[in-house]
Amino acid sequence: MADKDIALMAHLMRRAGFGAQYDELEARAAKGYEATVEELLHPEDHPNGLELDLAERYFIEWNHFTRGVPEYCTFRMINSKNQLEEKMVLFWHGVLCTADSKVQSYVTLYGELEMFRRCGMGSFRDLLVEISRDPAMVYFLDNCLSHKGAINENYGRELLELFSMGVGMDGHFNYTEQDVKECARAFTGWTIANGIPGQPYGRYASRFIYNPADHDNGEKTFLGHTGNFNGEDIIDIICQQPATARFLSRHLYNYFVADDAQVPAWMDTPPQDPETIKMLEDEYFRSGYSIRSMLRVLFNSDVFKNARFARIKSPIEAVIGTMRLIGDWTEPKPGFEPIFDEMKHMGQEILNPPSVEGWHTGKEWIDGGTLVQRINFIADRVGDLNYPGVQDIITKLAAEGPTLSPEALVDGCLRMLGHYALADETRRMLVEHARKSGVLRTDTKEFPEQVGQMLQMIVATKEYLYA
Amino acid sequence: MTANKKPPVLVVLQMSGAYDALNTFIPYSDPLYMDYRPVLKVEPEQVLAVNDEVGFHPAMAPLKALYDQGKVAVLQGIGYPNPIRSHFRSMDIWHTAEPAKMVTDGWLGRAIRDLDPNKENILTAVNFGRGLPRALAAPGVSVASVGNLETYGVLTGIQGEDQRTEALEIFARTYSPAIGSGAVNDYLSQTGLDALKGADILTSAPQMYSSTQEYNRDLFAQWLKNIAQVHLADFGTRILYTGVNPGTFDTHANQNITFPKLWNDVTSAVSTFYHDLKEHHANEEVVILMFTEFGRRVKENGSGTDHGSGGVAFVIGDAVKGGLYGEYPSLKPEKLDEGDLQWNNDFRSTYATLLEQWMGLDSKAILRGSFEQFDFIKG
Repeated sequence: MADKDIALMAHLMRRAGFGAQYDELEARAAKGYEATVEELLHPEDHPNGLELDLAERYFIEWNHFTRGVPEYCTFRMINSKNQLEEKMVLFWHGVLCTADSKVQSYVTLYGELEMFRRCGMGSFRDLLVEISRDPAMVYFLDNCLSHKGAINENYGRELLELFSMGVGMDGHFNYTEQDVKECARAFTGWTIANGIPGQPYGRYASRFIYNPADHDNGEKTFLGHTGNFNGEDIIDIICQQPATARFLSRHLYNYFVADDAQVPAWMDTPPQDPETIKMLEDEYFRSGYSIRSMLRVLFNSDVFKNARFARIKSPIEAVIGTMRLIGDWTEPKPGFEPIFDEMKHMGQEILNPPSVEGWHTGKEWIDGGTLVQRINFIADRVGDLNYPGVQDIITKLAAEGPTLSPEALVDGCLRMLGHYALADETRRMLVEHARKSGVLRTDTKEFPEQVGQMLQMIVATKEYLYA
Repeated sequence: MTANKKPPVLVVLQMSGAYDALNTFIPYSDPLYMDYRPVLKVEPEQVLAVNDEVGFHPAMAPLKALYDQGKVAVLQGIGYPNPIRSHFRSMDIWHTAEPAKMVTDGWLGRAIRDLDPNKENILTAVNFGRGLPRALAAPGVSVASVGNLETYGVLTGIQGEDQRTEALEIFARTYSPAIGSGAVNDYLSQTGLDALKGADILTSAPQMYSSTQEYNRDLFAQWLKNIAQVHLADFGTRILYTGVNPGTFDTHANQNITFPKLWNDVTSAVSTFYHDLKEHHANEEVVILMFTEFGRRVKENGSGTDHGSGGVAFVIGDAVKGGLYGEYPSLKPEKLDEGDLQWNNDFRSTYATLLEQWMGLDSKAILRGSFEQFDFIKG
C-alpha cells in the first residue's frame, strides 16, 4: 500500500470521521478510496460494531444527573465503525442547535440526536420537517408558546436565519421581518404533548403533537408566495431558494473542506472557493435536496482530496481523535466527567452549544485559554505509555530495525499519527532534539519513553492543531 | 483621568442574550407600559424608583444602592442605526463598533494597540470566559483568555523539570512566527507564545489575594472575583472583560421567572466586586461598562419578549457622574420602530466617552469616526 494512499485515507478519515489508527488506515486504503466513501455514505448497510447491549447496561440512566447521554454519544463517536454517520450527527448538532442549558432533559436531546443519525444524510427538506417536529427544538425555541393570534417569533426567525437560508446572500437580505412573522404563523400548532418534565417524577422524553385548534389557518404571504401555508409548505418554499442551497453548501464546506468565514459574515463575504460551493449547490438541486449526494460529490472531488490540514480541529474532534488514536474508551468505564469537562473547557460542550447559533469554528476555537487546554490534554495522553494505541505505535517503530535515526523517529511518529506534515523548520527542530539522545536503540527500556516524548512534542506543534 | 494617579482600568461586562430594557429600567408611571406588559409588568410600588418616572427592576437592588451613591450612569435608549435583531450580528456590531459592515477587529483590540504599542505587556488585557470576544481582537494584539485561573498553564502534565523546560523551549520555537505563513498561522503563533508568557504570570494572582468579600458561586461571580484578583495583583492590566453565558438573557419565554434571578445574580456580583476593590483601596481607578446587544419588543408575547431594539446600558464607578443619560424612548405607538423602542444615542458615543475621557486614548482613530460624547466621567 503506497504511503500516499494511506495519507489520503488518513485525510478522509479525519474529515469524514474522527481519525483512525494506522492499522485501520491500511485496511481501508486496501479496500480503495471510492469504495470506502460509499461504505461511509451507507451506514445502513454496515454494522457499526458497537456493543450496544454492553453500553446500555453501563449508561443506564440517560438523564441529567449521571451524564449518560453525553457519555453514550461520545462512546459512539469513538467506537462506531460508521464514522461518517456519527460525524453527521455532530454536524447537524452544530447547525440545528438545541442546548441542554435550557432543555434540561438529556433523554429528549437523545431523541434529537437519534433523528440526526436516521435523517442526517437524507433529504434536507425532510430533515427540516423533522427538526420542526423535534420536541427538544419545539421547546428550545419556544414554539410550544407560539399560538394562533399570539405568535412567538423565536422558531420562525431561527428557522430562516440559522437553519436554512441565513440572513442574507451576496449583499442582499434573504427575508424580511414580515416573512419572519408569517413563518411563525405557519408553525403555530406545532407543539409538544407533554412538557419537558422536571423533578421529582424523573425524566422521560417529550413528544411532538400537532394541535390544529391552535394553528393559524389564515392566508399568509411568505417570500412572495401567498396561500394558507402550514409548516411543510413554508419548508417547501425555503428549499426552493438558491439561498438555501448556498447556506447548506457553505456549512458543508466549512465542516468538511476548509475553514472559511463564519456564518454572521456570510451575507457580505463571498465563499473563498466559489466553484466548489457552486458544485455543491448544483448537486443540491440536481439530486432533489439529497445530502448524501452532495457528500458523495464532495468526497470524490479533487478539491476535497487536496484540502489537507485546511481545518483547525474542533475540540470534540481533538478529543475523540485522541481517544481513537490511543485506544482509550473502547469499552464503557467510569471516569467520563473529566473528558466531558475537557471538551467543555476547550470550548465545545457536547449537547450544549452556547446558543442557538452553535459554535464558531476555525481559528476561533483557539485562544490563550483553549490552546493551552488542548495541548495539555493531548500531550498528557500520547505521552502515557499505558495506552494500547501508544504501545502499538512504539511496537511498530521498534519493528523498523535495531536502531532508528533521529529522522526516522520523527518521520515514523508523524506517519503513525496519520501522516501528519510539519513545516521544514519545525521538523528540523524535532530531529535536532532527537539527535541529542544519540543513536536510538529500539530494544532499550528508554526507547518507549523517547517515542512518547516525541509524540508529545509533535502534538504540541501548531501543525497538529489542523486536520 | 483617575483621582489617585493610578492608570485607569476599564472592566467590560457583556450581558449576552439581550436583556429586556423595558423591564430593566422601567417607565413605571407611563400607562402605556401597563398596557403593553399585562403579564410581565412590574407594579409601580415594587420598582426601585430614581425619580417620578423611571426606576430599576426590584431584583437590581445592589445596583440601585450604587446608583444612590452617585456611581451609576444609566444610558437610556442606547442603540445604533438600522438595528439588527440577530444576536450574533448585533453583538458583533457592539464588539467591532461597526454597524454598517463586517470587520474582524474589535474596539478594545484597537484600544489595546494604543495602550501598549510596543507590546511590552502581554497582560494589558485579560478575558475571563470561553473563547476570545471579538471586541478584544486585533491583528498583533494578544489577550489571555482564561477559563479557569487556578489551572491555567502550558504542558503542565510533562513530568520532570528538565523535560518540561526542554519541551517548552521547543514549543516556543515551533510557535515562532514564520514570514509568509499567512494570517491564521501568525495568529496561532502569537497565541501560543503569549499564552506561554502570560500563563506563568497570571497564575500567581490567586495566591496573592485575600479578602473578606464573599462572591456567589455562579460562574459570572467567580470570573468577577478573578478580575479582582488580577487587578489587585498589579500586572499592569488595563482592560478586563467577562460576561454571562451567551443567551442567558434571551427571555423569549418565562421571563418572570428567569429575568429577576439573572439580574439578582449579576448585580450582587457587581456589588461584591466593587466592595472588594474598595476594601483594597483599588476602586477609584476602575470603571465598569455593562451592556447587551439589543432591547426587546415592547409588546410581550405571552410569557416573554422577542428581539427588539433600543436598549439600556450602565457605566459604574467612583469616577462616574451618576444619573440619567440619553432619553427614555417614547412608548407611544407612532414613535415605535416596527414595534420596538426607538434608540436615541449611538453606543459609540458611550465608547468614545470611555476611550477618551477615561482611558485617555484617541477615540476617533479607534472608532473610525467622531461621536458626540457624554459627560458622565468626572474631571
